[in-house]
Amino acid sequence: MSAQQTEMSARDTAARAEIFARIRRGTADITDKNPETDTPINWTYGGGIEMEDVVGTFVQKVIDYSATVVRVKSADVAQAVVEGLKATGARMNTAVPAGLDADWIYAIRAAGLEARVDDPQLSKETLNETEAVVTAAACGVADTGTIVLTHVADQGRRALTLVPDRHVCVVLASQVVSDVPEAVQIVKPAVQEGHPLTWISGGSATSDIELSRVDGVHGPRTLYVIVVDDA
Amino acid sequence: MTTIPAAASSTATLDKPGGGMTVGLFITCINDVMFPQTGEAVVKILERLGCTVEFPRAQTCCGQMTTNSGYFEESIPAVKQYVKAFSGYDYVVAPSGSCTGAVREQHPMLARETGDTGFIREVDEVSQHLYDLPEFLIDILGVEDVGAYFPHRVTYHPSCHGRRFLKLGDKPARLLSHVKGMTLVPLPMEEQCCGFGGTFCIKNSDMSAAMAADKARHIRETDAEYVIAGDNSCLMNIGGVLSRQNSGVKAIHLAEILANTEED
Amino acid sequence: MGTELRRITEGNHGVARLTPAPDNGGTFLGMPKFQKAVKTELELNVQRKNMRNATTTIRNKRALRVSESPDWEEVREAATEIKNRVSRHLDYYLEQAEKSLTAHGVHVHWARDGQEANQIVADIAKAKGVDEVVKIKSITTQETDLNEYLEEQGIAAWETDLAELIVQLGHDRPSHIVVPAIHRNRAEVREIFLREMKNYGRPAPEDVSENPPELANAARLHLREKFLRAKMAVSGANFVLADTGSLVIVESEGNGRMCLTLPDTLVSMVGIEKILPSFDDLEVFLKLLPRSATGERMNPYNSVWSGVTDGDGPQEQHVIFMDNGRTDVLADAVGREVLRCIRCASCINTCPVYERAGGHAYGSVYPGPIGISLTPQLRGVEDPVDRAMPYACSLCGACNEVCPVKIPFTDIILHLRHRVAQAEKADRFGADKEGTVERNLMKTAGWVLGDAKHFEKVQIATRGAGKVLKRPLGPIPVPIAERWLKYRDVEVPPTDTFRTWWKKNRQEGE
Repeated sequence: MSAQQTEMSARDTAARAEIFARIRRGTADITDKNPETDTPINWTYGGGIEMEDVVGTFVQKVIDYSATVVRVKSADVAQAVVEGLKATGARMNTAVPAGLDADWIYAIRAAGLEARVDDPQLSKETLNETEAVVTAAACGVADTGTIVLTHVADQGRRALTLVPDRHVCVVLASQVVSDVPEAVQIVKPAVQEGHPLTWISGGSATSDIELSRVDGVHGPRTLYVIVVDDA
Repeated sequence: MTTIPAAASSTATLDKPGGGMTVGLFITCINDVMFPQTGEAVVKILERLGCTVEFPRAQTCCGQMTTNSGYFEESIPAVKQYVKAFSGYDYVVAPSGSCTGAVREQHPMLARETGDTGFIREVDEVSQHLYDLPEFLIDILGVEDVGAYFPHRVTYHPSCHGRRFLKLGDKPARLLSHVKGMTLVPLPMEEQCCGFGGTFCIKNSDMSAAMAADKARHIRETDAEYVIAGDNSCLMNIGGVLSRQNSGVKAIHLAEILANTEED
Repeated sequence: MGTELRRITEGNHGVARLTPAPDNGGTFLGMPKFQKAVKTELELNVQRKNMRNATTTIRNKRALRVSESPDWEEVREAATEIKNRVSRHLDYYLEQAEKSLTAHGVHVHWARDGQEANQIVADIAKAKGVDEVVKIKSITTQETDLNEYLEEQGIAAWETDLAELIVQLGHDRPSHIVVPAIHRNRAEVREIFLREMKNYGRPAPEDVSENPPELANAARLHLREKFLRAKMAVSGANFVLADTGSLVIVESEGNGRMCLTLPDTLVSMVGIEKILPSFDDLEVFLKLLPRSATGERMNPYNSVWSGVTDGDGPQEQHVIFMDNGRTDVLADAVGREVLRCIRCASCINTCPVYERAGGHAYGSVYPGPIGISLTPQLRGVEDPVDRAMPYACSLCGACNEVCPVKIPFTDIILHLRHRVAQAEKADRFGADKEGTVERNLMKTAGWVLGDAKHFEKVQIATRGAGKVLKRPLGPIPVPIAERWLKYRDVEVPPTDTFRTWWKKNRQEGE
């Protein structure tokens, strides 16, 4: 192992030097070495789109991906989570991240479903035999109907929202922005702290057979979104 | 280049918007040899609109055949010859989107290959005074109705170079919309290339033929008597297939439609 | 659970292999050049119909989603500038990316060519003691022929993207960079799944129909055991963000997420041009790429990760920055504009030549306008296949219009034709007959067009032909015109040229 590592790094060092030499030779015609003055970029970052009803647009665009969306008041979220699990066909159990709202976990258990908390981490085999997952979200994007997860405590690690076949996801109306650039700015601090991101637009899908969209391949085939209006 | 629409000349009138204007005709090599009637049509239209048409005999060809084959050095003589023929003209008109595009876009690029700064400057200037017929009529003369008459069912194929490189947009359609007696039927998949592509039709003859066959099929779906385009090269390709199929559909250049009047 | 890794001879030309053998060895070496290859492809009626349906669908979807986007042209312009900035200052951004990645626990490797990149992947696999890897669709690894290299090293590489799975199980080659199985229809997919899945893992359900959801489910079942078993994954990347050291994968099915999340080790093979300066730049490209590629407002899943995250995903990560000809592209001031490419395939989907030829005729994993603009630059113009590529184009310009990063394809294609013509002139040996004929023709053309007197002399000759023939020419064997007349009639040249008419009717003009 360590012999291999050393050999690899000697090769890498030589390759790296040669590639950089080629790049510098190939760009010798570029005299201004300051990227910002040499190639200005005329774009205002972080901008949004004017829209009358941001949350309503978000809901419609998520529905366009054939996902289910319900809108509830904050007092009714726990109940909506239980209804969501049942509506998607989960009968026995669901995975939940350790940081999920304790009231929701309580409601799930009260409804007779097993809430498998990912602490300690559930094995991938267990996840594969778990019917659903319930999480919160970091952000919603109206123009594209996208939910962004930063995988902090109430959203769980990435495998949690991937391996089970049903995803019930709670998005606060106050988390929904009009367009992608605003979302990028919202999740940026999480990325700078080292968190990964998953952008989810509808359920898993493919267009690989005759370019017609088919819902459901490897990721959760059913996406159920709860939008919380007064939060 | 900015253009001043309509009445660029003080002697222009409403029915003679080209009054007092001298226009050089760039016939293009294919029209010169194969389709002289298209050139005659352009002369007829321009003179009808009051222009004085001149035909500089020094002209040869835009050089696309060599340029598009990658033989840039062999194209330089054609560029030089174009400059020789047309330098000094404010307005040069060609009945071809493709050759117009070649002069305006490729000639400056080819000039740069020579590294001759004087020549580059000359080509940059001279090449930009060339207009495809629809551009000249609409952007320079400001006319859409050229008094044409053509009592037939027709369809229009927007040739690629006119459509994409010259960005003719709806200019040909605007000219055709004023032709009396004519029924213009939309062409399905009009945006697809007919497969001519200059030497492409020889180098990749099977592919070119497959594209032309599809174009001919779409034309036949319209039940038109004529297919119109702004480039005789495309029309030669499309018309050749339509003729081989004994379709009865005839290929005709836009200029010939616009030249035709009720008196003809 | 499930099946085990074993060697299969059936369908593999008598060789016992871990993964299905691609026909023709899976490479493009030794294949005929485009003009010849395309003859075969044009006769595949089923494929042509599949291609026409698929490209029409995707073109319309793209046009709809682009029309919804109010600032499309501004976004295109911004993306063009951002990618230009990266190309022009590639050393700066690569160093920054390397630093950020290393700070996040990623092992950064450098590969001068595909062979070196493949070796690095195999060395990592051997060091980890794995005999199989799961793969996210990556055209970069196809460029290097990684799967065949790993097979030779006794390592099975499993494609997990549905289209790539169809291609791999079909002993086939990809024909498109976004939807590699675009040339296959549902009936063919069903047949491939039924015949092959049983040899390489969980069989397809016996009663699977050709209904796409059922076929997708068969893939889900077949691949699930591989995802759960795999210890190592290989990916490419859509983007590498230099400031945060993040990699980005844009996908639909969730197979990417499986590969990025479940295995212990992740190796990402990335072309050196895939860098974006900053995390902020993601907003521009996420607005552009999905609409351009699959005609969706956003694709189902985007994964962004910045090295190793404690307790989440692979704890050992490698990034291989690969050159493989990209610095040659960079060194060409005209050609370097293709390095902006974000592999959306909108140029391919709109190309009338691609639609009819399919992706296999080109002789490169990159077909269509991007393929003929990029491949001869990556590989050079020595081989006849590479020399033919820039001519597989009618210069219609449809690709220029749709490209989200405004690559001037037709300019680059002309530029490459010039390079080919130069190379052919320089070749003292090995030019075929057609090349010699063409060169002489071009030389003559230069002479004819450079002087009106020469031009008029030639016209007298054609006029003579017109006088003799006086009838439309049918399918007759005129050597130079044979290819034209095979499919088309041609009117004989009129007896008078325009020049003659002018002289007779206007008596002026010098």
